[in-house]
Amino acid sequence: MPNLKDLKNRIASVKSTRKITKAMQMVAAAKLRRAQDAAEQSRPYTERFNAVMGALAASVGDSDSAPKLLSGTGKDDVHLLIVMTSERGLCGGFNANIAKLAKAKATELLGKGKTLKILTVGKKGRDAIKRDFGDYFVGHVDLSEVKRIGYADAQGIAKDVLGRFDAGEFDVATIFYSKFVNVVSQIPTEQQIIPAAFDTPEGDSAEATTLYDYEPDEEAILADLLPRGVATQIFSALLENGASEQGARMSAMDNATRNAGEMIEKLTIQYNRSRQAVITNELIEIISGAEAL
Amino acid sequence: MAETMQFDLVSPERSLMSAQVKSVQIPGADGDMTAMPNHAPLITTLRPGVLKVETDKGVEEFVVTGGFAELGEGLSVLAERAVPKADVDQAAYEAMVDEAHSAYKQTKETFKNEPGPVDDAAKLLADMVAVGTHIGLSTKQPSL
Repeated sequence: MPNLKDLKNRIASVKSTRKITKAMQMVAAAKLRRAQDAAEQSRPYTERFNAVMGALAASVGDSDSAPKLLSGTGKDDVHLLIVMTSERGLCGGFNANIAKLAKAKATELLGKGKTLKILTVGKKGRDAIKRDFGDYFVGHVDLSEVKRIGYADAQGIAKDVLGRFDAGEFDVATIFYSKFVNVVSQIPTEQQIIPAAFDTPEGDSAEATTLYDYEPDEEAILADLLPRGVATQIFSALLENGASEQGARMSAMDNATRNAGEMIEKLTIQYNRSRQAVITNELIEIISGAEAL
Repeated sequence: MAETMQFDLVSPERSLMSAQVKSVQIPGADGDMTAMPNHAPLITTLRPGVLKVETDKGVEEFVVTGGFAELGEGLSVLAERAVPKADVDQAAYEAMVDEAHSAYKQTKETFKNEPGPVDDAAKLLADMVAVGTHIGLSTKQPSL
């Protein structure tokens, strides 16, 4: 049985741990609200963008002159996986889930004999994947200095990716991130961004048949918009990820706080019992000493 | 009362305006145009410029740096970056011009012998400088 002093120290240390996790939970809650706001603010843009792009893509269709970003390079030999995770840990299974999904995909692609390239965004995912697929890393984007994710950050990543695409480094690009559903549920998601895949509006035939005039011509617009589309998709993925990270951290820290509370209760009971045992012991000694006289 | 149409101005980071408007002047890539209710469906790209929105309550102006506009039932402008004109001060404007300038320089180095992209970047920079005269700010940058 541990002695009293040890128990006391132990309780003190668990108490300070609880204080820390409690504080982290509250910080995450505040950040979550901001991240959720940002994600919601960007939604109208993304939705409209995809609607317009869907219409455009449908009208240009499979013509031979369609830009490569839309129709692909005609091969799918080299795959680029863009794995987006957080810069910090202590957020439950958030990073592990994304890494798991990306690893499964990587294994599957390698099994099919494809060439693999991995670009990581965020330190934690890089660490998680490094062990198994470290050889395939082609780059890393560090966002640890970024306080609030802006469109410029997404543009930076998009520029890097597009540069590689123009140089013919890969045929298909897929991003991995976590979709924010609510505080307790974030869904790791993979999404192909090159060649662009747009959700064509279903059953909305009236909109699809609208004939637009284009100024300048369709292909010039498409050539201008497709790179933007990549940046937009990366941006919305970054924002979703940001909200998911804070949500995951919040619930992880909530659990940790509760666990610490339970642990303190248990330790306190143990402490009280052993203190009582010590007192009883002393009493017995005194009484039996007095009786012996 | 004049006819109105739904107008939305959104940038990736936020939605700036959503209202019924009488007309909107758009800095299109091929020239300015004014969109009014019942305009034919049209999609155009934007150049850096000033977006003038006329509502029942008056005229609002935004500085946009690029993007595109979709005219259908209503008008949606998806700007890469959009700022209310009143919020653009000298410093913010200079930052924008600087950005265009460095993009121009970079393009000039990357595509030494291809006039296309360099001309595009030069035009972007010129447009950006022109925005300044529209909103009454001047630039310290030499014009190209």
